[in-house]
Amino acid sequence: MIKSILVILASAAIVNNFVFKQVLGICPFLGVSNRVETSLGMGAAVTFVMAMASAVTSAIQECILIEFGLEYMQTIMFILVIATLVQLVEMFIKKSSPTLYKGLGVFLPLITTNCAVLGVALLNIRSEYTLFESVFSGIGAALGFTLALVLLAGIRERLDECELPKAFEGLPIALISAGILALAFSGFQGIF
Amino acid sequence: MQGFIQDIKNGLIDENPVFVMLLGMCPTIGITTAVINGIGMGLATTFVLLGANIVISLLRNVIPDEVRIPSFIVIIATFVTIVDLLMAAYAPDLHGALGVFIPLIVVNCLILQRAEAKASKSNLVRSIGDAIGMGLGFTLAITVLSFFRELLGNGSVLGYSLFSSFTPLRVMNESAGGFITLALILGFLNWYKARKKGGSQA
Repeated sequence: MIKSILVILASAAIVNNFVFKQVLGICPFLGVSNRVETSLGMGAAVTFVMAMASAVTSAIQECILIEFGLEYMQTIMFILVIATLVQLVEMFIKKSSPTLYKGLGVFLPLITTNCAVLGVALLNIRSEYTLFESVFSGIGAALGFTLALVLLAGIRERLDECELPKAFEGLPIALISAGILALAFSGFQGIF
Repeated sequence: MQGFIQDIKNGLIDENPVFVMLLGMCPTIGITTAVINGIGMGLATTFVLLGANIVISLLRNVIPDEVRIPSFIVIIATFVTIVDLLMAAYAPDLHGALGVFIPLIVVNCLILQRAEAKASKSNLVRSIGDAIGMGLGFTLAITVLSFFRELLGNGSVLGYSLFSSFTPLRVMNESAGGFITLALILGFLNWYKARKKGGSQA
């Protein structure tokens, strides 16, 4: 039991890293990877939302969509649930922990359109994970996303002080760094 | 009519969603390993964009401002479901190749951004022009990207082999190839723009 959960966690976080292998969540990956601090904040917010979204969508799939033969409503249902969930989490954090809200607040609305959240929900269903496994796959995916974000942010902070060809300043050089990181991560392929 | 054509040109070149506005990055890097995937994804996105822009433009005076984002998402998700089911029925191979990226058209920031910036403020004709321009601009961009990746990673275009002896660059078929190809295209465009603006010294 514990072994299978560890395998799911490690597979989602490293071997099938969401950013480098599944290529999901690229917009926030490029958008908030300017500084290490902000990328850690974004990562924490995503982890929170992904774990909850995985649990809720998995339950909905089991108890509502399959039960009533409505699988074709999956996309509409999931995106609505995720959008509502993000709103709910935002209100809850605002009320219960103003400090945490200050840290995560700006990132929360952005997460609705982070395709990694809907992506993990859909991939959980496609891998036929149970509710319990889905939660861990969500956490693993979010940890992998955070890892990728922090790695790129670290590189970009250093690149800021380098002299670059004018045409490659900003996003192009960030994309090349991401490409090299992805190459490094492809070394993990086939471990499990 | 002039505005309509202007909107199309705007989306194709001046504000190209991928190369200029950097929207919709996930499918841009995720599925562009073969030209046919690029074209299929581009046209599917164009269809969703067109449908969503038409409906949102028609309903723009009915939808209350406070709930406009959830309403837009429901409208977009409806069209994505239509595309998903149509492709599963009529193009099962392509549907399999694009996989999870078809339902993920819902969260393609390009579509929501156009709904918010254009369709919710403009009349029907302009919204249609905008959707066609942006959709084709997106299709053009990801087709160009997938052309280079298929050529270098597979030695073929649209599945037809071009060389008799060719060692494919396998990295092009992985996400790393997508990141680097896009970086090189953006760098080239920056260089070209700077050169055009500043004469020969660039």
